Amino acid sequence: MSDKAYMVPNPPTPNKAVEFDPEICIGCNLCVDVCPTDVMMPNPEKKKPPIVVYPEECWYCGGCVEECPRPGAITMLHPTQQRISMNWKRKDSGELFRLGMKNPPPPDTRPPSG
Amino acid sequence: MSTWHEYVQKAGKVPEWPYPVNYGKVNEVVTDVLIIGGGVAGLQAAINAKKKGVKVAVAERGHAKRSGAGGAGVDHWHGAVTNPCSRVTPQMYTDACYDSMQGYTGGHVRYIITKEGWDTLQECEQMGIQIRDVNDEFKGAVFRDDETKLMFAYDYRSRHVIRVWGYDIKPKLYAEAKRVGVDIYNRMMPTCLLTEGGKQGGRVVGATAVNTRTGEFYVFRSRATVIATGGAGRLYDFAPEVTASSSMGTMNAAGVGEAIAWNAGAEFVCMEGSGPARLAGYAYAPYSMANAHNTYHGTPIVDADGKEVPWVDGFNRPIKTVQERFQPSEGQDFMLGEGIGISRYLERYRNNLLTSDLPERIRKGEFKLPLYADLTRLSEAERRCIWSMMVGNEGKTRIPIYDTMSRAGFDPDKDLFQAPVTAPQGYDHPNFWSTGVNTPPSLRMLGGGGFLVDWNLRTNLEGLYIGAGGNLFGGGCHGESHTTGRYAGRHAAEYAKTAPEPAADRNQIEAEKARAYNATKQSKDGNGWKEINVAIARIMRDYCGECKNEQTLNLGLRLLSELQTTELESAYASNPHELGRLLECHSVITVGELIMKTAVGRKASNSILGFNRLDYPQMDPPEWNKLLPIKQVDGKVEVRDLPLDFHLKAPYAASYEENYQKYSGA
Repeated sequence: MSDKAYMVPNPPTPNKAVEFDPEICIGCNLCVDVCPTDVMMPNPEKKKPPIVVYPEECWYCGGCVEECPRPGAITMLHPTQQRISMNWKRKDSGELFRLGMKNPPPPDTRPPSG
Repeated sequence: MSTWHEYVQKAGKVPEWPYPVNYGKVNEVVTDVLIIGGGVAGLQAAINAKKKGVKVAVAERGHAKRSGAGGAGVDHWHGAVTNPCSRVTPQMYTDACYDSMQGYTGGHVRYIITKEGWDTLQECEQMGIQIRDVNDEFKGAVFRDDETKLMFAYDYRSRHVIRVWGYDIKPKLYAEAKRVGVDIYNRMMPTCLLTEGGKQGGRVVGATAVNTRTGEFYVFRSRATVIATGGAGRLYDFAPEVTASSSMGTMNAAGVGEAIAWNAGAEFVCMEGSGPARLAGYAYAPYSMANAHNTYHGTPIVDADGKEVPWVDGFNRPIKTVQERFQPSEGQDFMLGEGIGISRYLERYRNNLLTSDLPERIRKGEFKLPLYADLTRLSEAERRCIWSMMVGNEGKTRIPIYDTMSRAGFDPDKDLFQAPVTAPQGYDHPNFWSTGVNTPPSLRMLGGGGFLVDWNLRTNLEGLYIGAGGNLFGGGCHGESHTTGRYAGRHAAEYAKTAPEPAADRNQIEAEKARAYNATKQSKDGNGWKEINVAIARIMRDYCGECKNEQTLNLGLRLLSELQTTELESAYASNPHELGRLLECHSVITVGELIMKTAVGRKASNSILGFNRLDYPQMDPPEWNKLLPIKQVDGKVEVRDLPLDFHLKAPYAASYEENYQKYSGA
């Protein structure tokens, strides 16, 4: 059975900018409060993740992620055109990687300075 | 669930606006000092005005905790020349900027910045911002002073640019502003400055604004006002679907402060100056790819086969060792560093850079694309400093780059970070990610021009002060915004203490209110704000691009005015957010008009201002070597002549230090 089809405008470009994990997000809307450009709006349903309404107005500062009291609830996503541009190569093996690839290498867990 | 599309298709209905909407409901705020713009400059102005014991209100477009071009972090602080390790004086630094720009930068503003930049940074430290290597992570490194634990960038001998751990500088400033009792009004779209009697050129006594969540109207009445807003980033370039992620300015950068001040009669200078739009956003996510510029200064760049690209000094002489990349060379007192709001550098102050003939050598096949950043070639201290200190703290890098890339598995100890693959001429500047070569050539970037201020950072209008980076003539970037904001806030507060009660003009407020809500009353069929903004940018690129003449400028002015009275006049705002963006379009047009009118006034081409008049092709005729301040008087444009060194001529004293002592109030 297929979902009902709606007359909706094309998804914006980019479409997400930020993504919520509904299992972790508690819908506190602290990210909504601080976003400089109102990329997100509160969900009409209480305690649910905000809705990304104006993704093309995001300038990717990451402030929403820093503000979030629940690590992992919100992820900043670079637009696809930027993700495919962020490439690196392991010096000794020549192996190629990119942001957003399938089967990425393990994370570098060393914390930043400070 | 994250996107609007997902919500709509699951819920089967469009969500209602989540905030109560009350178009036209009036809120009155009475204060001593009003700050318009709550970025780093605005919050410094607010904190320092408050310290003088007056009542302070901030009207901020977004939310002051994280907003503004400087709100996303900072990794190095320019012009901290009075720090205990510095070998540069305020006079040396000011002269270097002024001489490099051949006089086309406000020397007095530079001097104020360098006299107080270090003091401002120390106050930031007291607010909890880390400015020293307190954890001894870099003990013994060449760029660190082991006694003060300060760390330096670009020029390790002269030690006037300080590395800072500033990713959270804005939340810390915000906490301090709240702590000292500043009243902050978020989501305020300013629509006009209120002047005494509603007259252009009159004393500034406040401002009006619309809340972009509730649509409510705000009337701020203030004894003194500080404008601390950003420039009009949306003027020549509007393609957020492509450029928003690669820009260093937010969508809110619509030149609103400049527009409302121009309408109030404030004077501007060098608004005709522009350059190729290297940072316009047809680029890559800032700092997301290999480069060797500012934050990444000194990074080894290698080609596809691992062959390293050589470096040259300010005089284009080869540099042999990695250590020399961070040292001034023979003939240089010191290197200025980059990102300080000047577009030209004399060789004796210029940074060490990748070899300038790199494009040619790529074309000849000497270096094979793609290029990579090879941080493994650096010492452990330099590598860790660039990646986990600088990239971890610069604007738009902590989450977007450092955190994102680390989670994706990038390891600076093992990996080569790829540079953009682009036309060879795209490698003529070591900031590869900004790839000016990808930007349409008609697209200009404003720079260097802005508000003309006196030694108090006051405009020609009584009661109006400026604290800002980009749009203050003589201003710079992040640190400069803090420092001028701090100075302007202090002076505005002193003025407010003796200034008369602000009397706003009822007629001006009523007229402004009617204008502000026009877009809510139009047909729902009307244009949206984005389409209007795209059209404005088209007019600017076509009629006021790299080359212009009297005819194109006058036609451009006509089209801007046309657009305002047709498509923009009939545009519809379906909620307060769209209303705010449409009101910004009015501001963007106003700044465009200001630029074109300024350009009409300079009847000569000028190489420093990047100003090319097809009808006056002779470059830099000596009789036009002057400033042309512009303002409106009774709706008519007035341009006057001003010598480049006006800040050291009567009524001012002849030396920087004498003027500073007289006016600074420090």
